Order: sequence, then C-alpha cells, then structure tokens
Amino acid sequence: MLAGGIFVVIGGAFVIGALGYDRGTALRMGPGYFPLVVGAIVVVLGLAIVIKGLIAGEVAAFGPVSWRAVAVITAAVVFFGFFIRRLGFVPTSLVTALLAALASKRVRPLVAVSVAVGLTTTATLIFVIGLQLRIPLWGL
Amino acid sequence: MDLLDNLLLGFSTALLIENVLYCFLGVLLGTAVGVLPGIGPTATVAMLLPITFNFEPVTALIMLAGIYYGAQYGGSTTAILINLPGESSAAVTALDGHEMARQGRAGPALAAAAVGSFFAGTVATVVLAVAAPPLAGVALRFGPAEYFSLVLFGLIVSIALARGSALKALAMIALGVLLGTVGQDIYTGTPRYVFGQRELYGGIDFVSVAVGMFGIAEILRNLENERTRVSLPASVTGLWPTAEDRRRIVGPILRGTGLGAALGILPGGGHVLASFTSYAVEKRISRRQDEFGHGAIEGVAGPESANNAAAQTSFIPLLTLGLPAHPVMALMVGAFIVHGITPGPNVINDEPALFWGLIASMWIGNVLLVLLNLPLIGIWVRMLRIPYQVLFPMIILFAAVGTYSLNFNAYDVYAIAFFGLLGYVLIKCGCEPAPLLLGFVLGPLLEENLRRALIISRGDPSVFLTRPISAVLLLLAAAALVITVLPAIRERRDTVFTEEE
Repeated sequence: MLAGGIFVVIGGAFVIGALGYDRGTALRMGPGYFPLVVGAIVVVLGLAIVIKGLIAGEVAAFGPVSWRAVAVITAAVVFFGFFIRRLGFVPTSLVTALLAALASKRVRPLVAVSVAVGLTTTATLIFVIGLQLRIPLWGL
Repeated sequence: MDLLDNLLLGFSTALLIENVLYCFLGVLLGTAVGVLPGIGPTATVAMLLPITFNFEPVTALIMLAGIYYGAQYGGSTTAILINLPGESSAAVTALDGHEMARQGRAGPALAAAAVGSFFAGTVATVVLAVAAPPLAGVALRFGPAEYFSLVLFGLIVSIALARGSALKALAMIALGVLLGTVGQDIYTGTPRYVFGQRELYGGIDFVSVAVGMFGIAEILRNLENERTRVSLPASVTGLWPTAEDRRRIVGPILRGTGLGAALGILPGGGHVLASFTSYAVEKRISRRQDEFGHGAIEGVAGPESANNAAAQTSFIPLLTLGLPAHPVMALMVGAFIVHGITPGPNVINDEPALFWGLIASMWIGNVLLVLLNLPLIGIWVRMLRIPYQVLFPMIILFAAVGTYSLNFNAYDVYAIAFFGLLGYVLIKCGCEPAPLLLGFVLGPLLEENLRRALIISRGDPSVFLTRPISAVLLLLAAAALVITVLPAIRERRDTVFTEEE
C-alpha cells in the first residue's frame, strides 16, 4: 500500500518533470520521451499495488522503526558530504563516525568516542596514507 | 587448439606475480568483509571497489573478481555460523548450514561449502572459457534492436530473483530505470532532473545507489531492534567431513554445479534462482527428506555449488554482451569503464590478455579461496565477534569515504543517504532492492538502444519484431512476464520461497 503510494508519487514527479523536456517524435525521441513513458509505467504499477492492497484489505504493518538511527545516520552521511571539503579528512571522519556510533540505543558515550577515534585512525591509515587519496588531512 | 592457446595466454597473465598477489589480496579482503554479518557480496564489492581503481586494468579486474568470490564465500561462512546471510543466495545455505552448526557440525558444513564451491568454480570456469568466444561472435552481430530486446528480457527475468510480489518487483525495476534517466541526455545533452545542480549532470553514481540500498538500509533495519548478539560456536573443530558426509555431498555438488552453470548465464540474477532450485531439487530427490531444514549436508553442498557456478558463469553475459546479470556484475561494468574499457563483445579481441587473464584468474582465485579459508577459519570466527556497535559506524564511514573518493563529488555522498532512506522504506514495504539496482544499471542501455534502433529504422517500431533475434527475445520476455504474473504459478513460486525461509 505505502509502497504503491511511493511509486505513484515518484513516478508522477518524473512524468511532470518529463513534460518540461522536448518529447520529440517516436522517430527521433527527444529527451523527455523515455522518462515520460517509464514514469507512467511506474505510476500505473504503483496504482495497481495500492488497489491490490485495498482489495486484500491489507493493513499497513510497518513494524518498529528506530527514528533515532534514521535521523542520526542520515545526519552522519550528509555531514560527511558537506564538510569533507571544508574541514579535511580527520575532523570530518571523527564527527561522522561519532554520529554513526550514536545511532545505537545501547551505546555508552565512552564507547562511542573510542569507536570514533579508532575508526578515524583506521580510515586515515587505509585511505589517505595507504591508498593515497587526495583529500587533505586537516582543513581550514 | 585455440582454447589451449588462449588459456595459456590467460594463465601467463594471471600468474604474473603481482596479479597472483592482488588476486590473493582480493580474496582475503573479500572474505574478511564478506564474513561481517549483514554484508553480502554486493555491499562488499561496492565498498572495496575504489581500492582497485589505482591499478592496471587487468590487475584491478582480477582483484575485483577475487573480492567477489571471497565475499561470496565469506557470506556463506556467516550464514552457516550465525544464521545471518548477507544476500538472498546465501539464505538457502543458512537453512541447513546453521542447523548443522548448532549440532556442532559447523566444520563439515564449512568444508562441504568450500569443496562444493571449488569444484563448481573449476567446472564453471571451463564453461566460461568454452562458451564465451562463440557467444561474443554472435553478439557482434547484435544491433540496437537486439540489445533493447535483450535488456528488456534480462530485466523481466530478474523478477524471479525477488521474493514476494512480482508486481512490486516490476515496479522496482521500472523505478530503477527511471532513476537512471537522471543526468544529461545522451543524444541532445539536455540535463534531466538535475534541479540546476551541476554535480548531477553526470547522473546518479551507481555506487551510491548500491551502498545506500544495500549498506545503509540494511543497517537501519538491523538497528530497529537491537538484540544481544547471537551466540557463536566457541571454536570450529573437526573440519573434515566424515566418510558418510563425503559420500552424501558428491551428488548434490555435481547437480548443483550443472544447475548453477546453466542458470548463471541468464541475465537477471540467475545465482539466486540457482541456489533455490538446487535446494528444491536436492530436497525432492533425497531419501531423507525430513532431514532437510534440520541439518542435511546435501542442503549445504548443493546450493553452495550452484551459487558459485552461477557466480562464474554470470561473467558470460558481461564479457560477451556487456550486460550485467547481477548487481555485482553491474559494479564490474563500472570498473571496466573507469579503466577505459567498454565491456562487450569487443573485449575478447581488443584485450585478449585481459579477457583470458581474468578467466584464468578465476580458477586461481578459487584455489586460493580453498587454501585460504579452511586454515583461516579461526580468524573468520573471531571477526564475527566484532560487536555490531563498532561494525556499523565502520560501514557508514567507509562507505562515505569510498563513495566520495570515486569522483570527489559531495552529491554522491548525499545520494547514499537518500537511497539509504528510500531503500529502507521500500524494504519495509516488502520490496526487494536488487531489481531496482538492475533497472538502474540497465535503464540507460535500454533507452539508448531503443532510441538508436528507432533512428536507424526511421521511426518504424516494427523493427523489433522483424529482426528474428530481437523478436525471439521479446517473445521470451513476454512469456516470462506472463509466467511470473500468472496467479497459479506465482502461488507455487511463493510456496517455494516460504518453504525455504
């Protein structure tokens, strides 16, 4: 049910986007033709899933969600992307690893810090020193 | 004889000291990462991919292939010892393998898996060497219409690899194809769905999708309810199977190898199909049916052989047609392209040393795998003891660094988070991520060949039906679609899966 909804929304968004591009003809398809067709297929399949769910009287059973993990892990990854250029490898890795470690409900603060320090050291050794990645160790 | 000359060339390339070394390193690293619970071959290869980019093309691909078998074998070890398969193909191994481990027979289970994999790998490598050149010859005559039909066929067949609703799998494929359209249009250069962000012009990086969907989403799922860790067997003793075990695994290994080698060629995830089919076959023909699910060694040896044979032969569509049959093969395509080689029928003629070297290295990789894994099993068991609290931050950090290092593009990193969340929600709704990934990889090929075929035919869509190979492929695709969607057959398919879960 929910899955169907997601398909409808994403497919629909692509279809609307495709309308803005040149569709061309079947002979010489423009950039908009293919996404329009596939987007429409996604919408139709999404609707089919929704309808099938409705007929079957499916209850949206979603199970437990660790919102903490979802939020913290997303933040960790986005932080890395945003700050890697600005802060350099070591500080960015440290914060990313620390945030990620905090995603677990059971983690103790001291453990999280030591995990972060350990991982940053390992990652620096492997990626920057071992593999010679061109990322500065320390940023501004 | 041609074949011998070619194999000679292959072995002379693969046996260069640095190639053996990196093959070994690949197998070692692949096993080490693959053994970590919850990380399957796809995630392992995605994470280790950036490491290989600095080498010569042959060395890089040999190492990557090594990582792949290593990861596969490591995944089976985890499945047997702690019942946490990293990928759907290893789920079958866990059924009886873990049961054997609980009865204190982890050693024979691991040995059966290793021996089966080795035998299957050897046979499948020969199949690959024999079958690939003629297929590449045929593939050279493929035009855009044939490619379009073939890709479509592959995508539809891949529904079979998803568990659960065929409708959802189909929607996931289409969604993947759709996401593949992000970036500059190939013919006109028009940027599509980039929201004015220059970093998106090149499209969404495949590695981001793979790492997000398989790595991050899986972590989010594991963090839902943190259990105390599964107890491990203290040590694995008595590795060698008893005489009765040895007698019982011969048949399953032979049948599994045959099944796997045949099904692996199918574009679209033959290896999962292979292990499930092998398990079903062994169960059906066994005289001890009630032992299955309670530690039957046949249920380990058969699927493991099938899985490994299919893993080798799934290189056939990649090397001859340039079509990835499996998410890992899609990553291999990425690796080929990074090194400036377009995978496809031309590789065999343009880069014979690479082609045959890769094939020869597969066999060497399998030898190394057996030599490495049986003695080192103690170390792998110890790796399983790494607490999850250390493991998952490591995966996240390494995934972020690895993805960023591909292009030094922050958007690739954001994409991990996005696909992690999307994958998490979709998995929770009962949609498997693998079809989406295949759609994402094959989508651009689908569009390109569709448009090219129509330009060549001057807009006449009947070209897909008047060219015989294309027509046959489309017919097969339609048949596959009908079969997967037809309720009667779907029910049977469902029972096959639920029975074995």
